Amino acid sequence: MLYFPKWLVTLILAICLAGVVMTIPNLFAQQTVERWPAFLPRKQVSLGLDLRGGSYLLYEVDMRSVLTERLNNILDGLREAFRTARIGYTGLAAEGDHVAFTLREPERIEEVRATVKKLDPDLEMTAGATGAVTLKFNDVALQRVQQQIVDQSIEIVRRRIDETGTKEPTIQREGADRIVLELPGVEDPEFVKRILGKTAKMTFQLVDENAAPGDKSRLPAGDEILPLKDSHGAPGATIVVQKRVMVSGDTLTDAQATFDQYGAPAVNFKFDTVGARRFGEATKSNVGKRFAIVLDNAVISAPVIREAILGGQGIITGSFTSESANELALQLRAGALPAPLVALEERTVGPDLGADSIHAGALASIVAVILVVVFMLVFYGFFGLFADIALMFNLCLMMATLSLLGATLTLPGIAGIALTLGMAVDANVLIYERLREELRGGRSLISSLQAGFERAFGTIFDSHLTTLVAGFLMFFLGSGPVKGFAVTLSIGVVTSLFSAILITRLQIVTWLRRTKPKTIPI
Amino acid sequence: MFRPLIIIRRIPNIDFMGLHRLGFALSALMTLGSIVLFLAQGLNYGIDFSGGTLIEARTPGPADLARMRSTLDGLGLGEVSLQSFGGPDDVLIRVARQPGDDRAQMQAVAKVKAALPADIDYRRTEVVGPKVGGELIQAGVIATVLALVAIALYVWLRFEWQFGVGAMLSTLHDTVTTVGLFSLLQIEFNLTTLAAILTIAGYSVNDTVVIYDRVRETLRKYKTMDFRTLINKSLNETLSRTILTVSTVALAVLSLLFFGGAVLRGFSIAMLWGVVVGTYSSLFIAAPILYYIRPRRASQPKEGETPPAETQRVS
Repeated sequence: MLYFPKWLVTLILAICLAGVVMTIPNLFAQQTVERWPAFLPRKQVSLGLDLRGGSYLLYEVDMRSVLTERLNNILDGLREAFRTARIGYTGLAAEGDHVAFTLREPERIEEVRATVKKLDPDLEMTAGATGAVTLKFNDVALQRVQQQIVDQSIEIVRRRIDETGTKEPTIQREGADRIVLELPGVEDPEFVKRILGKTAKMTFQLVDENAAPGDKSRLPAGDEILPLKDSHGAPGATIVVQKRVMVSGDTLTDAQATFDQYGAPAVNFKFDTVGARRFGEATKSNVGKRFAIVLDNAVISAPVIREAILGGQGIITGSFTSESANELALQLRAGALPAPLVALEERTVGPDLGADSIHAGALASIVAVILVVVFMLVFYGFFGLFADIALMFNLCLMMATLSLLGATLTLPGIAGIALTLGMAVDANVLIYERLREELRGGRSLISSLQAGFERAFGTIFDSHLTTLVAGFLMFFLGSGPVKGFAVTLSIGVVTSLFSAILITRLQIVTWLRRTKPKTIPI
Repeated sequence: MFRPLIIIRRIPNIDFMGLHRLGFALSALMTLGSIVLFLAQGLNYGIDFSGGTLIEARTPGPADLARMRSTLDGLGLGEVSLQSFGGPDDVLIRVARQPGDDRAQMQAVAKVKAALPADIDYRRTEVVGPKVGGELIQAGVIATVLALVAIALYVWLRFEWQFGVGAMLSTLHDTVTTVGLFSLLQIEFNLTTLAAILTIAGYSVNDTVVIYDRVRETLRKYKTMDFRTLINKSLNETLSRTILTVSTVALAVLSLLFFGGAVLRGFSIAMLWGVVVGTYSSLFIAAPILYYIRPRRASQPKEGETPPAETQRVS
């Protein structure tokens, strides 16, 4: 315990040196550090949103709407298939997460099974004896779809956020179906929330002029009634359009906010080659008719086709303000979200409060350090100095580890640092108390020191490990502030184990060698 | 070179075991009281757990709480509470959870901001939907229970099951009474408070483990000493350390309480209580419990456990 091989001394000193060196960038402003030459350490502790200011948004991808949409497609597909195969059925409908219907001729069940399989292999079919059939997506398929939808959503969210010019956004999946957005510096997330608030699914569909809106019972097959929200549509107005999509919005390559010939805000769009060709063909064969521009299941404009539109470009006019035109253009450029996003949580901290929190946290930590340092000096004198030096290295090692890991420092995290400093000297207290005890027991100096370190080690190890257990649980089960706290607490436990055991011991051993004292001032 | 200030020069001889009945009674009273308080008036859940909206605003000049309150009450958002927070210009506005889904919560914020004067600086806005709140409570409870179990298991593995039981009971006592304190004072109970409770659990066991370590050592050293004397001896021998450590941790917590700002206040109060009660429970619950569920005495003969005080070790 009192012998340090050369390599260990070197290692300890190297770690301490590295800790100090890597702490240094944290003492300077970020802009200053960025100008430093590359050989200097430049990693800083990244500050959490509660310290630097910004917005945290938690969204859930609404899978139900995706499921409903898919089930409705299945319904359409089944109707079509049953009609061509002349299979009789009743009560075909989507209910919750499944499709149900009853066969008129239950003996044709195998035929139905084949039809369903062809329609969508992911469907699981359960058939009752009376011809009652339910169709459900199997779990594997559902999970796969969810994975895809969430991945796509994250991609689209990222593109939309990038379009807003937010710097250093963090966009991450959380759990199975959630997306976390961290937007540093965003003080008012209203705009972000608005542009994420719509899926912006756009399609171009033909208007069915022959069908009267409002008469649901005589709606021709293949048509649907949609709300009409263009500039002259009265509130509650509807329009009948064909379900078949002429061209869909995913073939758009660009969209910009602009003004129409009357100076009203409008959105200009451009198709890719496939979209342009399809749009050209569709408009060519439907001159004189109206087509509907459908956005999120509402018709925002229904202009008359005067001539074939072959250039692959168009303009949407309607009831836009310049803001909403901008938003729509942005959403169309970035692409449609595969499913609506539901906001679950929002936390925004202004930069002033963040700065205040940093000051308060730093002040509290500094006061804590000073108090603990003085306390140790008062109660342990010269040996207290050893503990204090170890404590300073401990602080540096914590900061260095946080910088190195790229961990995020939050306000509770700062509390964790202050608290760890208070707890870190416990190891020294244990060693020193033991030392005093052994000396009182009449042991020689060397053997007292030996016993002090040795006996205290087990205790220190046990007590640190139990704190680490609590830290790990907080990290894995906690969220946000709790996580930030858990990180600093756990790192602090490890570094204080190192500093109290090795750094303190090394100091004492070196001092013993140099001065060869007869008694210990403790 | 200056002399250290030694508060306990000679090992004291306090009869902790003589006080243990009193300690048990006090702890039973506090634990029961905490449970009754929790059931009767519950906790003042922050929006992390209850869902709803919290806005920290800074007004130019001292805030006119009464006027703001009447403005906000007129919005029909249900219960709106205002309180000053930190300085006189700072107001904490809390809007109860809105009926309906998560979207309804977000709309409430917009309404509040629209109703208040434009020159207000919104320092912090937090909106938590009911879904997340429920999950956070669940995760919090799971974390706390797991922490208690993990700690008991660890102590059991390192010591013996009797020590595990003692550590778990005293830690449970500390966490329950902390919750009780929050119920009694109706201080906001939020995610940071939960972090404090878990830390208290960690700290409390830390303290208990140190004492148990000494009990185990004494058990091995004095094979025939009666339990009462043995526990007293262990507690007295570690008393100096207990006092010094509780002091340094308390110093750190006190500086957080006084300088850490309003956001950390709840955390600091919880920690301060935890440090005090954690130390108390190690002395008056964890150690005396061993008197009732006695660990086996002659444990596995291992190196290092037999030498009585006078045997010199070869260094």
